[in-house]
Amino acid sequence: MDLYLILFYFFAIITLVSAFFVVTTRNVIYAAFNLMLTLFGVAGFYVLLGADFIAIVQLIVYVGGILILLIFGVMLTNKITDTDIKSGFLNRVPGLLIVGTFAGILIGTLLKSTWRIAAPLPPPVAGLVGIGNLLMTEYTLIFEILGAVLLIALIGAASIARKQSN
Amino acid sequence: MTDMSTLSTFLTHIGLGHFLFISGMLFSLGIYGVVTRKNAVMVLMGIELILNSANINFVAFARYGNYGFHGQLAALFVIILAAAESAIALAIVLNIYKTFNNVNVDEIDKLRE
Repeated sequence: MDLYLILFYFFAIITLVSAFFVVTTRNVIYAAFNLMLTLFGVAGFYVLLGADFIAIVQLIVYVGGILILLIFGVMLTNKITDTDIKSGFLNRVPGLLIVGTFAGILIGTLLKSTWRIAAPLPPPVAGLVGIGNLLMTEYTLIFEILGAVLLIALIGAASIARKQSN
Repeated sequence: MTDMSTLSTFLTHIGLGHFLFISGMLFSLGIYGVVTRKNAVMVLMGIELILNSANINFVAFARYGNYGFHGQLAALFVIILAAAESAIALAIVLNIYKTFNNVNVDEIDKLRE
C-alpha cells in the first residue's frame, strides 16, 4: 500500500459520500457544507493527477467563491425566521431508475473501454510556468474573451439582482 | 482465479479508469440532484457536481494521454464559466423569489407575475 493509493481511496470516499449527501439530504445548509467537502475531494484528485494549479484555483474559486454565493442564495431565498430550511423532492423513483440505468451504462462503458494511454507516463510536474506560457501564447484570445465574459456576467448578475428603483 | 487477480490488480494500481469511475459517479449523482430537487438552489448544486465531474475527466485525460497543460487549461476555463454561471443563476433565483415568494421549481410555471 503506497501513499498514492491510500490518498486516492481517501479522496474517493470523501468525494462520493459527500456528493451522495448533497443530493439526498433535505437540509439545504447540510447540502451546502457537503458540497464543500466534495469540492475539497475533487481538489485532492487534481493534486493526485499532477494539476496543482487547477487544485488551488478549485479551492479559491469554488470553495471561496461559488459555495459562498450558493449559501447566500439559500439565506436570501428562505425566510430567516424559518428555523428549518428544507428542500423537498420531485420524481424520486423515476429519477432514481433513469439515473441508475444511466450510471450503470456509463460506468460499464468506461471500465470496458481500452484507453490508449501514453506509453511512458511522465511524472507529474508543477505547472504554473507552463500554464502561464500557454495562456499568454496559444490561448490568449480565449483568455481575453473569458475575462470579458466574466465581467459582463458579474455586471449582469448585479443588475438583475438589485432592487428595482421604481 | 484470473478474475480475482484482475480485480486485485485493478484495486491496487490506480490508473485512468479509476478517475473516470469517480467522475462518472459524480456525474450521475449530479444528474440525480438536478432531476429530483425541488429547491432551485439545490438544482444549482447538482449542476456544480456535473461541472466538477467534467473537470476531473479533462485533467485525467490530460495526465494519462500526455497532453501537457492543454487539458488543465480546459478545466480552468470550465471553472471560470462555472463562476459566471452560478452568479447569473443566483441573481435569477433571487428575482424569482421576489416575484413568487418561493424557489420551488415545480411551482414556478408563469413567465409573468
